[in-house]
Amino acid sequence: MEMPRAPLLSVQNLTIPLPVGLDRRYAVETISYDLHAGEILCVVGESGSGKSMTANAVMGLLPSYLKPSSGRILFRGRDLLTMSEPELERERGRSVAMVFQEPLSALNPLMTVRDQIAEVMEVHGEGDAMTRDQRVLDLLNYVGLPDPQILRDAYPFRLSGGQRQRVMIAMALALEPAMLIADEPTTALDVTTQAQILELIRRIQRAKGMGVMFVTHDFGVVADIADRVVVMERGLVVEQGTADEVLNRPKHPYTRRLIAAVPHREAHAVRAATGKEPLLEVKDLRKIYRSGGGFFSKPRVVNAVNNISFTLRRGETLGIVGESGSGKSTLGRCILKLTDVDGGQVLFRGRDVVPLSAGAFRPMRKHMQMIFQDPFASLNPRQTIGRILTDGPVANGVPYNQAEARARELLDLVGLDASAFDRYPHEFSGGQRQRVGIARALALEPELLVADESVSALDVSVQAQVLELLQDLQRRLDLAIIFITHDLRVAAQICDRIAVMYRGEIVENGPPEQIFDAPRHAYTQRLIAAIPGREWNPRAAVIDLKEKQR
Amino acid sequence: MPFFLRFARNYGALLGLAILVLVVMVALLAPLLFPASPWQSVGDPFLAPSEDPSYPLGTDMLGRDIAAGLAYGARVSLLVGVVSTAVAVVIGVTLGALAGFYGGRADDLLMRFTEFFQTIPAFAMAVVLVAIFSPNIVSITLAIAVVSWPPVARLVRAEFLSLRSREFVQAAIVVGQTGPRIMLTQILPNAISPIIVTASLMVATAILTESSLSFLGLGDRNMMSWGFMIGAARTMLREAWWMSVFPGVAILLTVLAINLIGEGLNDAMNPHLRGRKG
Repeated sequence: MEMPRAPLLSVQNLTIPLPVGLDRRYAVETISYDLHAGEILCVVGESGSGKSMTANAVMGLLPSYLKPSSGRILFRGRDLLTMSEPELERERGRSVAMVFQEPLSALNPLMTVRDQIAEVMEVHGEGDAMTRDQRVLDLLNYVGLPDPQILRDAYPFRLSGGQRQRVMIAMALALEPAMLIADEPTTALDVTTQAQILELIRRIQRAKGMGVMFVTHDFGVVADIADRVVVMERGLVVEQGTADEVLNRPKHPYTRRLIAAVPHREAHAVRAATGKEPLLEVKDLRKIYRSGGGFFSKPRVVNAVNNISFTLRRGETLGIVGESGSGKSTLGRCILKLTDVDGGQVLFRGRDVVPLSAGAFRPMRKHMQMIFQDPFASLNPRQTIGRILTDGPVANGVPYNQAEARARELLDLVGLDASAFDRYPHEFSGGQRQRVGIARALALEPELLVADESVSALDVSVQAQVLELLQDLQRRLDLAIIFITHDLRVAAQICDRIAVMYRGEIVENGPPEQIFDAPRHAYTQRLIAAIPGREWNPRAAVIDLKEKQR
Repeated sequence: MPFFLRFARNYGALLGLAILVLVVMVALLAPLLFPASPWQSVGDPFLAPSEDPSYPLGTDMLGRDIAAGLAYGARVSLLVGVVSTAVAVVIGVTLGALAGFYGGRADDLLMRFTEFFQTIPAFAMAVVLVAIFSPNIVSITLAIAVVSWPPVARLVRAEFLSLRSREFVQAAIVVGQTGPRIMLTQILPNAISPIIVTASLMVATAILTESSLSFLGLGDRNMMSWGFMIGAARTMLREAWWMSVFPGVAILLTVLAINLIGEGLNDAMNPHLRGRKG
């Protein structure tokens, strides 16, 4: 262990009041933590916990209506909150740098990579054009971008998400800062890319001895890179300590709840669905996207879904797992005929729905329902919850009274208050809205549910509740579920079988045990290896504790 | 925040609303305020404003009361403005919604049709239409409606295009709602704000168009209108300025008021601007 020395950054009793009229008085309340040079401090919490707030306060990026009312943020012993703007400007970028969540919106779309990185040095009066140019090359090389010579002249939209985040990191490193603040830097990225970026941050931090403040909501990521952890709930620091302490021996009930909610692989008994008739059979399904292409240019052709076949029985959950662009969402949309298909068959109860016209298919729609990804976009903001839930049955010829009674039952079934019936979607939280979305799908008593990234936009604790609800409903109603997700951990938790999609094809298909423990395809292996926090078993942490308490 | 409070934060909009209420009141109460027909000679010709206290805005070359003309003209202006806009909005929303929702061939067809109307100068077309169907209030209203729907169709098409791909619309398709039902109950309520804002501004344009038509002598022969008054007065601009200035000011104020209201509605209804002034 190192000798305790003065911390690089010390947040002391920081309080930031919220404007009056919001759900709580303080964005963050008397929070204190230290960040030392050469360590990675993870600030974890769910949305609205105030975890990004301190990061923004350090950078002086708080919106104008938020002013810290008390406390200090000491950086190398000097209080950043009392520093003048010109002094702060000197520190920003030079001593403290930041990496944001969404690299596409954080980069200027009209400037080349080279100009953006050089600009950081230019505004701080570092070097001349020649040396800056050389430094840009070195940096791009350092963050592991291929062909820096060519890539430095590219515009951000030409780069992939991971490459953009690397450029952001290169920009942050341009002036060799002593401290790096990373605010959810991998949340918008695919798992395999996320693993690479985490690896990169870890490597840089080791090599430069930087202090890194890493804000995240993902305990898997914490397990992978944190030295120390700060857990925040509703503006308060509820627990802090070394990664080992917090992850494996959490003390605060909130931390324990969060860790218990982390999706996990539990050997759940595979239900005996094998004997039943197949409900859905997909055979050689193909969907091709053509874009661009005028009189003279060839259109760009993407095989979004390429010869996909699988069968699904009643009461069974099939997970479709893949990264962005793998065609998993398109597959779901093809099955529900939300988009046309270029070939193949979709047999629902033995009847091919592909050649049916929209009108002929409409009566069958009630048997196949969908739960959407974004709980904020999937409910019509101008309709009450009651209207949203009754619209479907009414469209299928159920009398309104009956539909209303059913809707009230469903609200109860998904755990919402009966008063929700007359309220509008904006009065509900993300998790509650997703419950409404599930209730809407169930209102028609479907046999097949397609859940497209249905829990991805939710906080872990809410996610766990929604997953539990889905499993419970499936058992009671004998539903067949197609669960589309990018998150292998979630898929492992609730699926009976998992199909891994890569570039429009299913590369591997089998029970979770096989996919996780003996992946055969190279891509599956890469995907499994990239899952954050693989070494850490959240179950053990919480179960141990429960046993000790007894 | 309630809608009206958001609207009322824009002082210009409140002012516009006040002016418009005044104009509407005058139009409604015209027969009470001025029992005599505005076409009837009531006093000496060419009375300047306040020369005779019973004719505060003066009289024209035939001794007709200018104030009475303004009051009755307000009826024509508002009637034509509102009705023609209503007709234009109905045409525009229908075509725009069909084009935006169904896309593909229907979209191409409807949009080429819209462009056909857009390529012809609107005012020239209105003149031709009114000239073909003898000038009366119905033909004028319809002519204005026919030339002013294309922008509405374009706007509604764009709104429908973007709303169609939203998840709640997809959800409506999945639960088995039919196309027309989705358009009416799911998409239209979400597209209504920009339509209202555009419509309010179209009323102002329609009033201007009606005045221009009347000015050219294509107004309804049986109804006094502001445009007609200016047209009749134009040869006497130097001798009797009040004959053209007062109807001109009436047009200016009414159009300005409606524009201010439109602006206020836009601020209050556009969620992106909410809190911009907060």
